Order: sequence, then structure tokens, then C-alpha cells
Amino acid sequence: MEGPLALLVGCFFASAIYLMLSDSLIRILLGVTILANAVNLLIFTAGRIVKEVPPIIPEDAMVPPIATANPLPQALILTAIVISFSFFAFLLVLVFRTYQGLGTDKTGKMHMAEEPGDPVPPRGY
Amino acid sequence: MSTVIFRAIAPYLTALMVLFSVFVLLRGHNNPGGGFIGGLIAASAFAIYGIAYGVPPVRRALRFHPMGIAGFGLVVATLAGVPSLIGGKPFLTALWAYPKIFGMEVAISTATFFDIGVYLVVLGTITSVALSLEERER
Amino acid sequence: MAESAGHAAVDVASAMVTAPIAPLDAIIVAPTLITLLFGAVLLMARKRPETQAPLGIAGLLLLTAATAGILARVVTGGPLTMTMGSWLPPFGITFAVDVLGASFALVSSVVALVVGVFASRGLRRVESRYGFYPFLLLMMAGVCNAFLTGDIFNLYVWFEVMLIASFGLIVLGNSKEQLDGAVRYAVLNLLAAAFFLTATGYLYGALGTLNMAEIAIKLREGVPGMPVNTITALYILGFGMKAAAFPVAFWLPASYHTPSPSAGAVFAGLLTKVGAYALLRTLIMLMPSEEALYDTFLTAIAIGTMLLGSLGAMGHSDFRRILGYLVISGIGVILAGLAIGTAEGLAGGIFYAFHSMIVMSALYLASGLIGQLGGSQDLRKLGGLYGASPLLAGLTLTLVFSVSALPPFSGFWAKILVTEAAMVDGRWWLAGIVLGTGLLNALASGRAFTQIFWRGGPSGTPDGAEKSVPGEIPGEDRAVLFGSLAALTLMSLVIGLWPSPLMRLAEAGAAGLLDPTLYIRAVFGGAS
Repeated sequence: MEGPLALLVGCFFASAIYLMLSDSLIRILLGVTILANAVNLLIFTAGRIVKEVPPIIPEDAMVPPIATANPLPQALILTAIVISFSFFAFLLVLVFRTYQGLGTDKTGKMHMAEEPGDPVPPRGY
Repeated sequence: MSTVIFRAIAPYLTALMVLFSVFVLLRGHNNPGGGFIGGLIAASAFAIYGIAYGVPPVRRALRFHPMGIAGFGLVVATLAGVPSLIGGKPFLTALWAYPKIFGMEVAISTATFFDIGVYLVVLGTITSVALSLEERER
Repeated sequence: MAESAGHAAVDVASAMVTAPIAPLDAIIVAPTLITLLFGAVLLMARKRPETQAPLGIAGLLLLTAATAGILARVVTGGPLTMTMGSWLPPFGITFAVDVLGASFALVSSVVALVVGVFASRGLRRVESRYGFYPFLLLMMAGVCNAFLTGDIFNLYVWFEVMLIASFGLIVLGNSKEQLDGAVRYAVLNLLAAAFFLTATGYLYGALGTLNMAEIAIKLREGVPGMPVNTITALYILGFGMKAAAFPVAFWLPASYHTPSPSAGAVFAGLLTKVGAYALLRTLIMLMPSEEALYDTFLTAIAIGTMLLGSLGAMGHSDFRRILGYLVISGIGVILAGLAIGTAEGLAGGIFYAFHSMIVMSALYLASGLIGQLGGSQDLRKLGGLYGASPLLAGLTLTLVFSVSALPPFSGFWAKILVTEAAMVDGRWWLAGIVLGTGLLNALASGRAFTQIFWRGGPSGTPDGAEKSVPGEIPGEDRAVLFGSLAALTLMSLVIGLWPSPLMRLAEAGAAGLLDPTLYIRAVFGGAS
């Protein structure tokens, strides 16, 4: 099972990088999201795939009665999902405002912070 | 977006979703569920209400600013770790109490309060983001 | 845990901490509690601008006291640890702080405190209403806890806390320039975090643990078939991006000049240093064998970073962008110490990080006052500010000397350490570049100083012409603004004149990285 999943992680990384190389902010945003999912899937695969039951302890027991799947990668992924989700929400607002403020979503046309043709400092006094 | 059908059904949908979010939050201690997913459900409930009726009614209905709710949740979640420190145990150790309420044993732990804090943080931040996006659409 | 009837008792001693912790050891979570609680309360009190500054400064003051307490405890009693939720390490998330982490935390909270005081008068009203202080406190939660945590995934989480709070700070004010800078800052820092997380995923897959102490043990024993090369390369890339190291540094000068001077000061002082700290922690403490392997590579990165920073500072006309490049140049010196990898080199790098935190923050604060007085940050449009404020000129000149690492200021000793370590290690060319970029920095910052303060008017006007000062600093604000700037400047001077305490801390920090036995014993011994 690890083989196909590893390939899938590779595809995710490839498409994320392809999207992030784009000029359009929305595509970059989608790329960042896919990248986050690629990393999550990577952690999931690296944490070993097993055919065990989910790590939920029945109500009348204090310890799981049989072997269960490793819950830690899932906890890590859940944390990473929460973080990437909140970043996506923030970036969405930021990109939308940038689009409204600058009137463009093309990174090549965003020159507010860095003036094109960098002015050189004065040579004398 | 705001058709008659949607506007008629939105208040009920919102109420049901908020109720369900609280159910998911409380269920989360021993079963799938919890503060994060509960908070998301509640936030989407307010987002639906906002799509149907516009943002000002949602802000009125919430009474507090969403970021204020998130701040309160953060306070609750942080303080949930403190009682164990007072008892000489490491930070965030879950402490349990089993009071009998109406003859039924109810398990209450500091972890529950942590989860409630998470619920409020997620509810506040996601509602805030959703409302600010909806405001700009108009 | 369950004492109630109806629940079967299990032996918890094999998985949980049962011994009570000493009350004083609880100070290790004090920074977490203080920053999160004050940040949250400030968030709730957004509608009352008059409460923001007093509450925020009180929180930062408490934070400084707490980190000072932790440092005092760590210096006398060795590394301090606590594993959250009573789970035995490595199962629970461990906070473990040694001299390195504690001193980084103390210096960063001192800097944040001074900037917090400056911001109480230096901020435009709209920024304080939209929450400078809540974001500052939450950012400090990320910064301080990143220095205190002993779990590599938890380090990732605090990095992200720091990042999302800094997003809040960078867009405060909502100008077009800020939005533009924020997009670059946000996307590239997210990318860096993704690389960090990828490396952590591989590390977990190979070792089955995230606890730094256990990682250090396992990697010293050696794990056959582990992709340790890939992991190291990803860590260098991810943390290098955060720290603004050479090929991946260009987001910094593109964004750090856009937020308000107060926000810029904490960014320049603290955020890149967290990346440098994480590099020190992972490369030296966790993967010492890999550091030796990547030696040449890291040296190349350090040289590139120093040169990029210094040459960039020479070639720019906007004062705050010049400062951004000077931050990068400083990171290069820290990386040079890291690349040398000996105790002395590391101590020099760590000392330089302390110096850079203080001096770069102070320079950004000075740039805020220059902007307020001169109405611009552009060297072509500034001039004659010496007449407007000799005090500001004096403070800025001191900082210019300090950032150029001239004696008797703080940067001098750090550069001496790094240079000497490079010579001892037989890398005289690295020593030459460290000193050469120091000269370039002196040229760049000195030229900025003369053009801002000494000449009569901006270029195009006859020299010596009467320069009318466009802006003014209100009299009631002067004491606070100049006082906080002078405090940071004085710190640099005092460290320069009396470097031994901080140098001892840097040396102890470097020793703890090279030989983490005490750290490991504190994590695992404290539990049994």
C-alpha cells in the first residue's frame, strides 16, 4: 500500500509546485493547499499503513483490547490540517484584499512594495 | 444566493447546526468528534445565516465580536491546563470529577474545558474570516 | 486516573509521570500561560484602545520576568523539563529548556518589551485599535515557546503560531504596499513551514519519535537505512528560508519594510533568529554527523548570505530596505559560526544572534523616528535631520557602529569569536569574508547615516541649504520613543563594554548543543 501512496504524494508535490510557479495568486494559493495535503499524506504514509482497527477504546475498557493503528500520525495530520486550514482561510482573505487593493492578481504586476527599476542611492551628498 | 426558499430555511438550518455542533463537541471526549470539528460546524452555520440575510444580522445575533469569542476560548483552553499545576502535576494533565447530577454520574474533566475552549477559538476565527469574506462580496 | 467505581483500575505508572513536580519547576510553562492569556484578553478588549498598551506592556514585563527566572534556574540547576499531560516522555509533548533556549527566550522577550513600550506612542491609532498588542503577545507565544519546546513537531506548531500572528502584524494598517509585502511574506514562509513539516514526517517515519532528546540518542547510535541526508537537506532548506539564508532570502527585503516600524522591529529582531535557533538545534544537537557532512555546503550558504546582505545594503536607497539586507548579513555571520561547528564558532554565532536581535530592532525603531521626522525612508529625499534631532543622530550613529561590529559595541566581540574560530579551523578565507562584509556593512550604514543626518538637504538641493523638517515628534511622545530606542542602544553598548556574562551564556549554550547529555538526562531522568 505504501508504494501507490508514495506515488500519489509525488503527484501532489509535483502539481503543487507546478501551480506555485504560476503568475496568478489564486493558482499559488491552490498550490499551497495541495502542498499541505501532500505533506499530510506523506506523514500518514511514513507512519506505516496497517490493517488494524482505529485506535478507539471501547466504553467498558481502559486499554484497547486488540492491536490498533498508530494514532500518532493521525494526531499529527489533524494538527497539520487545522493549521493549513487556518492559513488557507487567512491567505484567501489576504489574496482577495490584495486583488481589490492592487487591482490585479498577477504577481508580475505587483510592484507596490518593490519599485521596478530599483532606484540607486545618491552617489554624493 | 438569497432565494425565498433559502431565506425561509436558513434560520432553522442554523439553529440545527449550532445544536449539532454542541452535540459533536460533547461527544468528542470518547468518540469521534470534538472541539475543532464542532467549532467548524457552528462557524458554517453562521456563514449560512450570513449568506441568507447578510452580515449585520449575524453580527447582531452573535452579540460579541467573533475575535472576542476566539479570545475567550483561548483563555478557557489555557486555564484548563492550570488546575493540574496547582495539584503538583504537569501542565495540562487531565483531572476528573464524577459528580452525581439528578442521580446520574457525569464525568467532567479539565480536558472537556480545553475542548470547549478550542470550540470557541475555531468558532470565533472561522466565523470572523467567513464574515469578512461575505462582507466584501456585496 | 479513574478513581470512581465502575472503572477498572490500570497500572498507570508505566505510561505516566506519577511523582509530583517541584512548584518552582512550573515556571517553564509561565511564558506559555502569560503570552496566551494576555494575548487572548487583549483580543477581547480590542474595542477599548486605552487598555491595549498598558495590558500589553504588563504582559511583556511578566514574560521578561518569567524568562529571566527560567534562565536563572537553568544556569544554576541544569536543563529544566516538563512533559505535558503527565505522559512519560517520549509519549507526551516535552518542554525542555537548556541555557541556549532560555537565553534566546530572555533576549527576545526583552526586545519585545522595549518595542512594546515604543509602540505605545509610536503607533498610529488605527493600528492599536486593530490589535498590535494582541498579535505581538501571540507572536511572542510562538517565539518563546519555540525556544522552550523539546519536541520537534511542537516546534512546528509554535512556528506556525508565530507565523500567523506575524501575518496579523504585517497587514495592520492595510496599505497597498503592506498587502503586496504580506503576500510575498505569507506564501514563502508557508512554503518554508511545509518543508519543515515534510522533514519532520520523514524523521518520524524513520525513528518513530518526535522527542528531541530521543532523536538525539537514536541518531547518535545510528539508524541503518534512514534517509538522513534528505531530512537534513529539507531542514536546512526550511529553516534557512525562515532565517533568510542566501538563495532563499529574497522575501525578507521585499516585505520587512512595509509594516509599521514597531512591527518591523520585532520581525527583524526575532523572527529570523528563531529560524537560526532551529538550525542550531537540529543540525548541531540532533544530527551532529550530518553537520560535518554538510560543512562545505553550509559554509557556502553562510558566505552567500553575508555577501548578499552586505552588497544588497550597498545598493539600495530605501533606509528600511537597507536594514532588511543588514539583517540578512547578520544571519550570514550566525550561519558562519554554525558552519565552523566548533564550540567557539557556535558561541560566536549565538552571541551574534543576541547582538543582532537587539541592534536590528533598535535600527528599525530608529527608522520609524527618521520616517516621522523626515517624512520619508528614501535616502534621496532625506537630509539634514541632525538639525532636527541631534539625539536621534547620536543614537543612530551608535547603532551604525554597532551593526558594523566596531568596538566597543556588542557586535565586535561576536565577530571576534567567529573570526578566531574560523582561523583556528584553518578557514582564513571565511574569516576574511566575515571581516570584509563587516567593512561593507560599515560603508552601507555609514553612507545612509551621513545622507540622512549630515548633509544639508536632499540630492538636487545645494549642500548646506536650510532644510525644513517636514515632520515633528510631539513633545509628550518624545520621552517614551527616545527612551525605548536609547534603552536598546545602551544595551548594545553595555554588552560591548562588559561582554563576559552574555559570552558565558553563549559558550554554555554552545557546549549544551555539542554535548546534550545533560539535556537528555533531564528529559528522561526527570521522569523516572
